[in-house]
Amino acid sequence: MTDKAQAQTVLRLSHITKRFGALTANDDVSFELKRGEVIALLGENGAGKTTLMNILFGQYTADAGEVEVFGQVLPPGNPRAALDAGVGMVHQHFTLAGNLTVWENIVLGTQALGALRLDAKAARAKIKALSTRFHLAVDPEAKVGRLSVGERQRVEILKALYREARILILDEPTAVLTPQESDALFATLREAVGQGLSVVFISHKLHEVMAISDRTVVLRHGKLVAEHATAETSREELAALMVGGEVSAPKIEAMPPGPALMRLSGVSTRGEGRAPGLHAADLTLHAGQISGLAGVSGNGQKALSDLISGLAHPVAGSFEIAGEPVADWSPRRALARRIGRIPEDRHHTGTIADFDLTENAVLETYASDFARHGWMDWKGARAQAEGLIATYDVRCPGPDTRIRLLSGGNMQKLILGRVLETAPRIILANQPVRGLDIGAVNYVHGRLAEAREKGAAVLLISEDLDEIMKLSDVIHVISEGRLSPGFARGTMRAEELGQWMAGEGFAPLTEAAHAS
Amino acid sequence: MDIFEILTSAAFWAAAIRIASPLIFATMGELICERAGVLNLGIEGIMVAGAFAGWIAVWAGLPLWGGVAVAFVTGMAFGLLHGIFSVPFGLSQHVVGIGVTLLATSLTFYTYRVVLPEVSSPPKITAFQPVEIPLLSKIPLIGPALFNQTPLTYAAFILVGLVALVLYRTPLGLAVRAAGESPSAVAAQGLSVTAIRMGAVIVGSGFMAVGGAFLTLSAFDSFFFDMVNGRGWICIALVVFGAWKPGKALLGAILFAAFDALQIRLQQTTIGAVVPYQLFLMLPYILSILALVLMSRRAEVPAALMVPFNKGER
Repeated sequence: MTDKAQAQTVLRLSHITKRFGALTANDDVSFELKRGEVIALLGENGAGKTTLMNILFGQYTADAGEVEVFGQVLPPGNPRAALDAGVGMVHQHFTLAGNLTVWENIVLGTQALGALRLDAKAARAKIKALSTRFHLAVDPEAKVGRLSVGERQRVEILKALYREARILILDEPTAVLTPQESDALFATLREAVGQGLSVVFISHKLHEVMAISDRTVVLRHGKLVAEHATAETSREELAALMVGGEVSAPKIEAMPPGPALMRLSGVSTRGEGRAPGLHAADLTLHAGQISGLAGVSGNGQKALSDLISGLAHPVAGSFEIAGEPVADWSPRRALARRIGRIPEDRHHTGTIADFDLTENAVLETYASDFARHGWMDWKGARAQAEGLIATYDVRCPGPDTRIRLLSGGNMQKLILGRVLETAPRIILANQPVRGLDIGAVNYVHGRLAEAREKGAAVLLISEDLDEIMKLSDVIHVISEGRLSPGFARGTMRAEELGQWMAGEGFAPLTEAAHAS
Repeated sequence: MDIFEILTSAAFWAAAIRIASPLIFATMGELICERAGVLNLGIEGIMVAGAFAGWIAVWAGLPLWGGVAVAFVTGMAFGLLHGIFSVPFGLSQHVVGIGVTLLATSLTFYTYRVVLPEVSSPPKITAFQPVEIPLLSKIPLIGPALFNQTPLTYAAFILVGLVALVLYRTPLGLAVRAAGESPSAVAAQGLSVTAIRMGAVIVGSGFMAVGGAFLTLSAFDSFFFDMVNGRGWICIALVVFGAWKPGKALLGAILFAAFDALQIRLQQTTIGAVVPYQLFLMLPYILSILALVLMSRRAEVPAALMVPFNKGER
């Protein structure tokens, strides 16, 4: 690895161009990958990273340009040829069959379809050897449907290694992993590179790019805008290259809090399966304030957001909105009380994937604002969608596009617009920037800060402590359904919040609290 | 004759196995299609076409096994039609299947009238005769029930074993199961989802047609318009009952057939004299529904069943 300059070129992309209708997803992109090298392919959502890799892997056919692997030009549009040439791809959305076992998934397609017997024994032995060699612990006999996300990813990597892949492409591999799983993945990748494999690592997380890659290739709007040795660049430079300009995070100016808009005192809710309910939670949301809720995922964040959005009811304590006790609570009433919701899962609860932008734009208001005498006012709805697209910079072909075709960032902008256009008094922002690139993150944060200035009370739920500390006027920590007192901005260091997140500082849970 | 006597008589079980045979063929055919991710509602019509094609071929002079082969090829042709619309074109499998059933049924009746314009009752052929298996047929109860059947019934049982072997022990079977569960996984491993699904639908339809041909070549010796009589739809239920597993589906087919054989015999008992016979006719269906509800609650449906696969869509 010392003399990379002389190392063999294993992969060469030359002048790749790919158009989808009017959109140019890749515009004359060329780069090379050397043996034993990790290249980070960096870019915002929609910059063309995944398209480029799908061309390399033969799932799309390029309009121009060619792919060369170990000196051989790959026939376009043929995944089989890419596999045979030694290219293995770990897709962002796993391609595994849940009802098959781990070894069956790995072996699939590697033995001739005409063969009379599936050679299971040899396959198992080879998988065992590979898992030991690359520290990819997974039980070959387990059904894939029962595995955790981290384990599934290991199966995907094993699939590639089983086929003797010499080049590994990983598309946003850490998006679904916990920090510990990401560390384990990096260890595996270093092991693989040490044994002569080459890796293309697609990401938009700068700290990962800095940690794992030798070289960084930056894509923006389908064009290759920069190529740097990672050691000679910086996070700031890469961020600027990615978005095409200086990155400016929104500033939160101090301002006096307004009246209390929502008050929970001693509120408990029922848990749901393994997810805890709230235990005697006290929380006050003030107008013109962002309250951040920090905590390790699965500690009652869902219980709190369900309560506020009307999906759950308190079983004890008092719950007031604007001074009035809440009765007959439901999502519809939550909307009537002008609570705007940015749900945690934008794909499943935030939008309806196969509905178009117009329909998704009026999901919450179609009955009240876009219906007359029981008939839908599609003209008005479409105008509303067009307005949101323009105001909130939703990049899309038009209001008739099915929303599933949008990138996460653009989907989130539409949801954000849908919420903010109703001028909500209280905004429940649950993981509002998860999976988004820097540009979209700053956009969403900026809009939330703006809503705060206009006097909305914002509850920001996030697992990212940096995000919480950057935006919040007051920080609460949630642990096992218990809420910490509010800590004013700047009074707590991250380490201290981390201790609360680990459950220190709370009154011990009593049996009575559990029973409620 | 009371129920206990019926259930312990070899003749009853022999009848049950005979009634089960066409169901076994067609159920295996449907199971292959569904395991690959295609619901084949053409089954009812394909069985009608198979019953007719096998019979008319033998009537025209082919040997009985020649008739089976003709039925199989006829089924494959309708399978090809179903496959083209449901796999590469990705049309709604319900609509395509019902279309194939209507087409195959009507085309069969039309062909019948073209070939035999003048006859009032269809001609008879010499059907498959029972073949006694030495020694095995001497086992009490099981012997006469299982081992004194026509060759086509033996073929049905062998088919179940073959389907299970191929599905679970060969690379091809693995690919078929994966295509019904996660076509994108199949594509990512460099295999063609289209080819696998087309193949499954074509071969599966062939077996459905053989199931139909069993009626004309083994159970009876002639062809009637309404002889399939909903057996195809029963097979769709049997696949669910069997949780998409060949062995369990076989058990389901025998169970259903046993209820059917039982109701015929119950009609002749003392209860049959007072209870309207229509109630007995309903019995196998009612009991099957109950069994279906009980057995299939925890079944794992192939995740991509009825989901067309389009390369390059996100």
